[in-house]
Order: sequence, then structure tokens, then C-alpha cells
Amino acid sequence: MSFEETRSRAISEWQALEHSDKPRILIGAATCGRAAGALAVLEAINSKLAQHNIDAIIIQVGCIGLCYAEPLVEIIKPSRPHIYYGNLTPQLASQIIEDYIIKDNPRPDLALGTTGDKSIKNIPKFFELPMLKPQVRIALRNCGHIDPENISHYIANGGYGGLVNALNMSPEEVIEEIKKSGLRGRGGAGFPTGLKWEFCRKSPGTVKYVICNADEGDPGAFMDRSLLEGDPHAVLEGLLIGAYAIGATEGYIYIRAEYPLAIERLKVALNQMADYGFVGDNILGSDFSFHITIKQGAGAFVCGEETALMASIEGKRGMPRPRPPFPTQAGLWGKPTNINNVETWGNVSAILQRGGEWFASYGSERSKGTKTFALAGKINRTGLIEVPMGISLRQIIYEIGGGIPNGKDFKAVQTGGPSGGALPANLLDLPVDYESLTQAGSIMGSGGMVVMDEDTCMVDMARYFVNFTKSESCGKCVPCRLGTKQMLDILEDITEGKGKIEDLDLLIDLGNGVKAGSLCGLGQTAPNPVLTSIRYFRDEYEAHIRQHRCPAGVCPALTK
Amino acid sequence: MRGDRGDLIAILQEVQARFSYLPEEAMRRVAKFVNTSESQVYGVATFYGQFRLTPGGRNTIRVCLGTACHVQGGARILATVENELGIARGGTTPDGAFSLETVACLGACALAPNVTVNGDVHSHLTPEKVAKILAEAAKKV
Repeated sequence: MSFEETRSRAISEWQALEHSDKPRILIGAATCGRAAGALAVLEAINSKLAQHNIDAIIIQVGCIGLCYAEPLVEIIKPSRPHIYYGNLTPQLASQIIEDYIIKDNPRPDLALGTTGDKSIKNIPKFFELPMLKPQVRIALRNCGHIDPENISHYIANGGYGGLVNALNMSPEEVIEEIKKSGLRGRGGAGFPTGLKWEFCRKSPGTVKYVICNADEGDPGAFMDRSLLEGDPHAVLEGLLIGAYAIGATEGYIYIRAEYPLAIERLKVALNQMADYGFVGDNILGSDFSFHITIKQGAGAFVCGEETALMASIEGKRGMPRPRPPFPTQAGLWGKPTNINNVETWGNVSAILQRGGEWFASYGSERSKGTKTFALAGKINRTGLIEVPMGISLRQIIYEIGGGIPNGKDFKAVQTGGPSGGALPANLLDLPVDYESLTQAGSIMGSGGMVVMDEDTCMVDMARYFVNFTKSESCGKCVPCRLGTKQMLDILEDITEGKGKIEDLDLLIDLGNGVKAGSLCGLGQTAPNPVLTSIRYFRDEYEAHIRQHRCPAGVCPALTK
Repeated sequence: MRGDRGDLIAILQEVQARFSYLPEEAMRRVAKFVNTSESQVYGVATFYGQFRLTPGGRNTIRVCLGTACHVQGGARILATVENELGIARGGTTPDGAFSLETVACLGACALAPNVTVNGDVHSHLTPEKVAKILAEAAKKV
């Protein structure tokens, strides 16, 4: 079957679904939804439908990002607007089936919003909600809308059109298109993607590899998990396009073992791709052949670092090695290797579907497109969001996130996890782009954003992050192995009231040394939480040291 | 038959899924199978947090210590679990019913703090709630 035939079949299937005379119920059943009780809600819905002999179409979808409102369902009755209901319990869900599906009362008191041309009285438009209005969904374009285990849904929504476009171009033209888009690495470092591809393409050698880094180890981040669970094909299509552009015949997805559902979804997706001829030999009848293998991590944060990740794929301990040579010159098994993160690959497929210029029309001067963030911590609306680059932290935290719960004061927001920094209230108007965040002492990171309020102790947070990086340091280089240990000892002293005021200068000296002297990104960024918290919250350190007082009331030794 | 050195981690994962830990004899055989030294296998087994060298309990409790969980009181949750089970993290109860592990992040941060019991995620926990969940799990043992 040609791709055009495949596509028109998928579109017919999708339209049949859209115009079905049966009610449709979409339930968010990604890891977050399940943890919030989605499967029990699903069971209640099924039994209610069975009880009334109602034939409905039920689809388990990925995450639409309103984690605070999980479990979440979308109900679609023929020729009516779609209605979203959140915070469901099995009882509530079964009541809604009774009221809306059977008695045609849409229960505006329980509804979150509607989508579609028409509206329903007393229910707001879903995408006009403060949490959704500022968002632009490119990487997450299909999450929550399609069945992630049905490749036809993806194809009907433009999927694999990017691959077909790429195969009709020369590899160099594909690289040009990516350069035109301005896409930079979404793993956090922000290296221009097109340039990296070009280095790898130009590296001498006939065997080359591409890798998808799905080792989302930053505690407090779940963007990549959500994307893989909600729309695995978007990532896989990106990987295929990259392989074609670079001239690679083999690819790996390195994914952490803590994400069983994402691994399952990837396996299902790969099988479907093989059935459709999107992976394997002579893809879509072209000369391009490409094979993909899934490799599971085994619980080591450092494996998110590219050279450590490749060592792990080779079955070794995940220890980084010095660069150069860069992976694009000598990577996996010594061959030229291009490695990008999950979200980057998800953007690549969108760019080849819709064009580099389209992508570059979003974002700021030097940071094009959008960025996903996982909003968590002391914030009203926790969730997974995607916003245009350049948006302010204030808009993210107050408009989208709905501010701080229980009338408490905002204290800081941590971007970039253990590699990033805590930014204070007076930096809330900072635009979110690679350069601004780095200048403020933090980093863009992969997208974890943990909000802290007045009850969070910044010294304790610095201790928490350094304890993490100390434990996860692979031990290969001295500055990281011993530097993080010494920093932790000092921070523990301070949280126990045994600190000295000169410890602060020592921490700064030590931190700068660890940054400058470490072999890989783990050590080079490990001091960031300490350095930024001293820079912005020095008074809290001084209260611990001089007055033996923890202003937030967190440190156990100082609160009794 | 020879295995592929590149599959070492995956093989060890299979072994652990079967035995709940990596028995010494199994590691020796794996070393032969992938044609590498025993010290290399031991090095990998001790490098990665997922592997254990002593038998795990029949039920595995994992307490998430990710940033969002920490900010929302994850340390108190861990203390409660340690107290209730009478073991420290990494330990197994003497009757072999429970082992307690900590994990860097489960990726369910929006619902923090979280704990998994045999892989099922329990969210928005308080010390009281987690004590109740453990009591429930103990009944099933």
C-alpha cells in the first residue's frame, strides 16, 4: 500500500470516529491519570454503560496536561460540543454518564470546559481557560486527543507526513529545514539541532547511529514521559527523519526503567511501524533503511549525560568520558552518533510536517518554538504545559499555574532540577529562554519547574539537591566526587546549626571549582542550586548560621 | 551459546526480575555468557541503582524522593514507612514480606508525594494515609 492510500484510510477511520453516532468517552490514562484513579473511574463508566445497554466508544488517551484535575474525561455526544470533566471519582463519573449521556443534562456545575464550534450555557470554552489560553502545543500536539496505541489516529492527524516530506528532500535539505526552524536541544543545553546533525552527517564513516535520550532523570520532571505515553509516534517519526538526514541505519531509544507505561507504548508503536513499513529495510519503498532498538536504563541519573548514556547502551557502567571527541565524531561503539532528547525529536516531526518557518514564527529571537514544562510543587494548577519561548515566569506560575495555594507567598522557582537554580520573586518577569535563565544562574533544563513557597527552606533545598548529585555522581572525576561531598557536609552543618559564617565563602569557592573542574554536565552544574540560593537567599543561610533559626521551620535541628 | 556484551544490563534485569535480586552464581554465569570478566559484571551490578545483591521482599515499597515530593513532605513519608516497617531504606523485613526502596523520581510529580506498592502509584500522601496503605498491604501478605 502506498503512503497516500494508508493516509486516506486513516483519515476515513478518523472521520468515521468523529462522525460516529455513538457517544465517545476519552479518558486520560497516562501514569498521572492512573495514579489519580483513572482506571477505577473507567471501570465505573463501563459498568454504568453496561447497566443501561449503551454502546459507547471508549478511548484511553495520554495526558492533556491538567494534572491537578485528574482523573479527567472528555465526553463527546454526536453533533454536540466536546465536554471535559475533571477531578472525577467513580461515583461522580457514573453520575455524569447518567445525567449527560442518558438524560442529556451536561452538568455545567461539574464541567471544566467545552471544545468545538458550538458552546453550552454556563460552561467555559476549554482552550480559553487561564491554564490553556497562553499555551501553544507543538510537541504535545496530539497528547490527550488521540489513542496513542493506534497508529491510524496519528497518521490521520498529519503523522508520518513529515517523514514522507523528508524522503522527498535530500538529507542536506532536511538539515537546512531544521536549521531554518531555529530548533535547539530540548534536553536543556540548547545546542542548535540542525548544526549538530550537520556535524554528524559530515563525520567520515559509513556506520552512524542516532539516539533518543529518554532518560528523564531530573527529579521533578515528567515532560518526556507524558509525550512518550501520549504520542509515541511523534517522537519515533522525528527519529526516522534525523536518521535519514544524518545517514544512520540504526537507532536506539534509551529510556529509564521507572517508566514502564512509556516503554510499553513504545513497543506497541514500533510493532505498528513495522507493519506499515515505516521502519526496517527500504522504508516506504525508498533506499532508506533504519532499525530501532529500545534500551532500558537501570537507575542512574548520570546516564542522561550523552557519553555516559552511550556507555550504558554498550552494557557498561554509565561513566562519562572527556569530550572531544564529541559523539558526532566518535560516539556509540566509536562511530559518529547523534543524540537528541525526546522533546527535540517530537518537534522535528512537527517541523517536517509544517515547515521550519512555521516553527520559527513562535518563540523569541534566539530561542525559537515552544518548550514543555512540568509544573509541580507549591502551585495551584500542577500540570504539563507547553508555552512559546520568551513567556515570563510570572505568566507561567500565576496565569497558567494559578499561583500559590493556601494564600501563601511565592518564594522561588527551581528550573533545571538539580542542575539549575532557584529564582526569586524579583526575577519573575524574566523571559523563559536559554540565555536569560543561564544569566540568572539557573538553566533552561529539560523542563522541570518546581515552585516553592514561604514554607520551603532554601538551605534545605540546596542540601537536598547536593545530596542527590553527590549520590548520583559516578565517581570518575575528583571535583565532582569529592566536591559534592564536601559541599553536602557544609550544608548539613548549616542545617544543623553548626555552620560558620565563613562557610558561605567556602561554599562559593568550592562551587566554582566543581563547576570549572568537573568532567561532565552533572558536576559542572551540581553547584548551581547552592550558588543561586546563596546569591538570592543569603539571609536564610545567615539566619541558620548566626541565629540557629530556620525561618521556614523545616530543618529539624533548628525548629524544636 | 554466546551473548552480546551490549546486552549485559538487559540480561541482569531479566535475572533480577526472576530472582528479585542478582545471585552470585547467576552473575558468574552471565559473565561467561557475555564473555566478560566477573569483575565487569559486578561493576555494572553495583553501579546501577536498580540492582540488588540480596533477596528482595515479596512486596516492594518505593518511596519517591523527587524534588516535588521533597517539597511536599516526602521526607516525612519515608520516615513513616521506615517506622512502620521497622527497616531502613534498602532493607527487607525479617519475615521477607516487605522491602523498602527509594527512587529519585517516579514522574508523577503533580500528585506528590508519591509511593508505589508493587508498582501501583499512591498519591497525595500524608503520614496517616501511607500508614493505612501499609496496613492494607500487610493484610494481603
